Amino acid sequence: MTRRVRQEMARSSADPTRQVSLTVNGEAVTREVSTRLLLSDFLRHELGLTGTHVGCEHGVCGCCTVTLDGAAMRSCLAFAVQVEGADIRTIEGVAGAGDVLHPVQQAFHECHALQCGFCTPGFIMSIVTYFEENKDPDLSDDGIRAALSGNLCRCTGYQNIVKAVRRAHELMKA
Amino acid sequence: MSTAMFGARVQRLADARLVRGEGSFIDDIPLEGALHVAFVRSPFARARILSIDCQAAREMESVAAVYTCDDLGSLDILMPLLIPHPSLDQPRTQRPLARGDVFHVGQPVAMVVALDRYTAEDAIRLIDVDYEPLEVELDLQAAVADGAPRVHEDVANNVAAHFVQSTGDPDGAFARADHITKIKVQVDRSTAAPLECRAVAARWDRVSGELTVWDGTQAPISVRGGLASILGLDEDKVRVTAPDVGGGFGQKVLLFYPDELLVPFAAMQLGRPVKYIEDRNENFIGSSQERTQIHELELAATKDGEVLGLRDSFLHDTGAFIPYGIAIAQVASTSIAGPYRVPNIWVEFKAVYTPTVTITPYRGCGRPQACFAIERAMDKLADELGLDRFEVRRRNLIRDEDFPYRRDGLMFADGLAVEYDSGQYGRALDMMAEHIDLDGFAAEQQEARAEGRYLGLGLGFYVEGTGLGPYEGSHIRIHPITGKVYVNTGLSCQGQGHETVFAQVAADQLGVDASDVIVVEGDTAAFDWGVATFASRAAVVSGNAIHKAAAKVREQVLEAASNMLEAAKEDLVLEGGKVFVNGVPDMAATLAEIATASNPLRYAFNEAAKTSTQFAPASRHDGPALGEGEAPGLEATDYYSPPHAAWAYGVHAAIIEVDPDLCSITFKRYICVHDCGRMINPTLVEGQIMGGIAQGVGGAHYERIEFDEEGNPRNANFMDFLMPYATEVPHAEILHIETPSPLNPLGVKGVGEAGCIPVGQVVASGVADALQPLGIGPLEHVPLTPDMIFTALGGEKEE
Ligand code: FES
Ligand code: FES
Repeated sequence: MTRRVRQEMARSSADPTRQVSLTVNGEAVTREVSTRLLLSDFLRHELGLTGTHVGCEHGVCGCCTVTLDGAAMRSCLAFAVQVEGADIRTIEGVAGAGDVLHPVQQAFHECHALQCGFCTPGFIMSIVTYFEENKDPDLSDDGIRAALSGNLCRCTGYQNIVKAVRRAHELMKA
Repeated sequence: MSTAMFGARVQRLADARLVRGEGSFIDDIPLEGALHVAFVRSPFARARILSIDCQAAREMESVAAVYTCDDLGSLDILMPLLIPHPSLDQPRTQRPLARGDVFHVGQPVAMVVALDRYTAEDAIRLIDVDYEPLEVELDLQAAVADGAPRVHEDVANNVAAHFVQSTGDPDGAFARADHITKIKVQVDRSTAAPLECRAVAARWDRVSGELTVWDGTQAPISVRGGLASILGLDEDKVRVTAPDVGGGFGQKVLLFYPDELLVPFAAMQLGRPVKYIEDRNENFIGSSQERTQIHELELAATKDGEVLGLRDSFLHDTGAFIPYGIAIAQVASTSIAGPYRVPNIWVEFKAVYTPTVTITPYRGCGRPQACFAIERAMDKLADELGLDRFEVRRRNLIRDEDFPYRRDGLMFADGLAVEYDSGQYGRALDMMAEHIDLDGFAAEQQEARAEGRYLGLGLGFYVEGTGLGPYEGSHIRIHPITGKVYVNTGLSCQGQGHETVFAQVAADQLGVDASDVIVVEGDTAAFDWGVATFASRAAVVSGNAIHKAAAKVREQVLEAASNMLEAAKEDLVLEGGKVFVNGVPDMAATLAEIATASNPLRYAFNEAAKTSTQFAPASRHDGPALGEGEAPGLEATDYYSPPHAAWAYGVHAAIIEVDPDLCSITFKRYICVHDCGRMINPTLVEGQIMGGIAQGVGGAHYERIEFDEEGNPRNANFMDFLMPYATEVPHAEILHIETPSPLNPLGVKGVGEAGCIPVGQVVASGVADALQPLGIGPLEHVPLTPDMIFTALGGEKEE
């Protein structure tokens, strides 16, 4: 195959940039970023936190769920520059000290609540937040399913995720 | 053989990384200096390209290259027809980048490689393509009519293939029949929609001449073979790995998508890593889909409801190209009689081009359509003869003593005869009747009706030919340092849990815990004989290959241990990672020690290794360290090639409530009785079934790819394509039957696709049963949307 002469090429894109400072999983971060860089891409490609997945980039699948100041949000629907000063938590910040799995992570494993695992970080972030926000969560089937209704999974049929939510609740009480 | 691991609900070995977000999906792999790809795609379903102007894009400073078909050199080819078939007399495949004509909305026309995806997308907007739109016909039945606009100018009536098969004497059966039931059914187009879209990245090492490709594919070995041949490289210089893959469901078994060729090509040309991450819209318009078929089926029956013969003629939508041959239609045509003892069958199909994204298998692969056709027909037969739905099935199910049951003259998608290997069909139906409590339900249905609520019972039986050849293999080695068992196989995994079930199979032979088995797949550098993950075949074909290779290694372990422990092989026990003499647990050697001792060494790099060096007492001092014909270490390779498909089956039922005002449905119960032979891991089997049912529910009620009359997809995003959330998918009660397959040593059958197959029928028959008092019309088309229920109730359509 004929190799091409390498074109003279810019080293960085011509996008206007802006500085953004925030906290991610407890660490202070400051970066100069393109003003149109999505928060999901910022987390994944600038910070290397690739556990936040992108399944649709239009706010429907929930794969990109992180927490912003404690509330669940879809990182594909925000620009990095919009979260100046925010406190972001991603799936990488969920496990406890000494790398012990968070009860929700542990429950996913015990209940076979994941197959390909692509949707899993998003589900875990949603569920972790759900428990944080609901001290007395509705653990009926309908209640749990309603709580999960912002996340798509194409592999599991959700049944074991429902089970994992109950199991996580048990583990957290213990 | 000990059965400690086989059949156990072992928790998955792959989870720990994934729940922490530490998976390595393709876009997670750091590739220093990678460039990013975006495509210019056709906005027309059918058009001639008059000109392409890339000048402005090429001048952008952050663009490395822009390619059209004129820039591809030897890559400007028709991509391979993967599965040729004698009936496929008008095969058409796609070019990596369109030359002259475009054949569906979304077909790649030009490729930009730029600094990042954002810039690449800016650049594609600067590329000016001038098209002359051509006439199209989207309707499958209109497309085969004389004079219909053609997708490919030289393919008359848009027919790619016409294929007829028969068994027995169908004409005789119809002549003898007391009653003939006729039905016309349709299943619409859907898509696999894996949550991770497709992705490919490549790096070319100019110094070593090695091409490394990361491809989210179900078929890394096949991709490697194809890349080597198309790019003109030695196979050994091409490494294809499929790391973590976020679901596939068939969509990722097709090769080649244009990007799979163009990304490695660009990496070689530009001398930098190149990456293409498909976005969701592209997945809808550029990655293959499946389902549309229209069947016209007739059953010839006696007045007692015994089916004597079946005729089916169907149209199969193959999209704009047919790279995967007639596989889907062939599976549908050979599964058409389902679980029934129909001795006389005539089945014909036409595979028809439409100006839409290409059709290749999506989980189910023709089976959901065949199941919908035969099961709707059986319900209609029961209605027409005044028989109960369970009873008409009972009278026709293949009986236990009929196995193996052949349908001579029907050839399955593996090129082998249709022969159902084993099953207990009658028992499955009885279990369902009992579990659902038919009498109890009848009373409940009456009570509900009295309250103005409408409950129905949906019922569907399915069969699934699984575990297709040609073969898979496995290489197993006991690592001499750690004693861990390495299992290499040629498949790739998209979340099914191969690593766990394969470890269970190997662990049983080698007396270790499943967690001590390291399964490596999806990497041509680890093992490069084999085909791909498809057709519910991994557990059957790779599973048995692993079993056979592990049995060989087991023999080697016992042989070596017998020398080391100076005990007869018959007296040895292999358990807990070591071999010991029966009754004398102290006389033992660990697998690591045995593996070390089986490898004559010169250097004592650790304590254990000392025992294997040349001056050690146990080493041979009277001849060569390895005798003639001996090999070092504990390792073996073996293969499994099935004699033909292993046929799994099952029956699903649901209690469905329908609201006749909203025309919405609610599942009250969903029950599945299934048999996939011996189960390696029931938890994972259930996972496959539940996931399949969820996709089935999508296809039964929600999901349909919609095109406008010009061939533009109308719902190519997750907002408008209604994939079910947890709130739409029912809780499934799953009951197992295990009838071993006589075809393979493990007695297993596949289960990957099972769950989705009968759901369309379950929903349609359940809604029909529920609304019967309201005089509902026939429900012979899925997805059965609220609109369609409304129309079947006699409602007037508002436009
Ligand atoms: S990627 Fe953000 S919601 Fe789908
Ligand atoms: S586990 Fe694959 S999408 Fe949920």
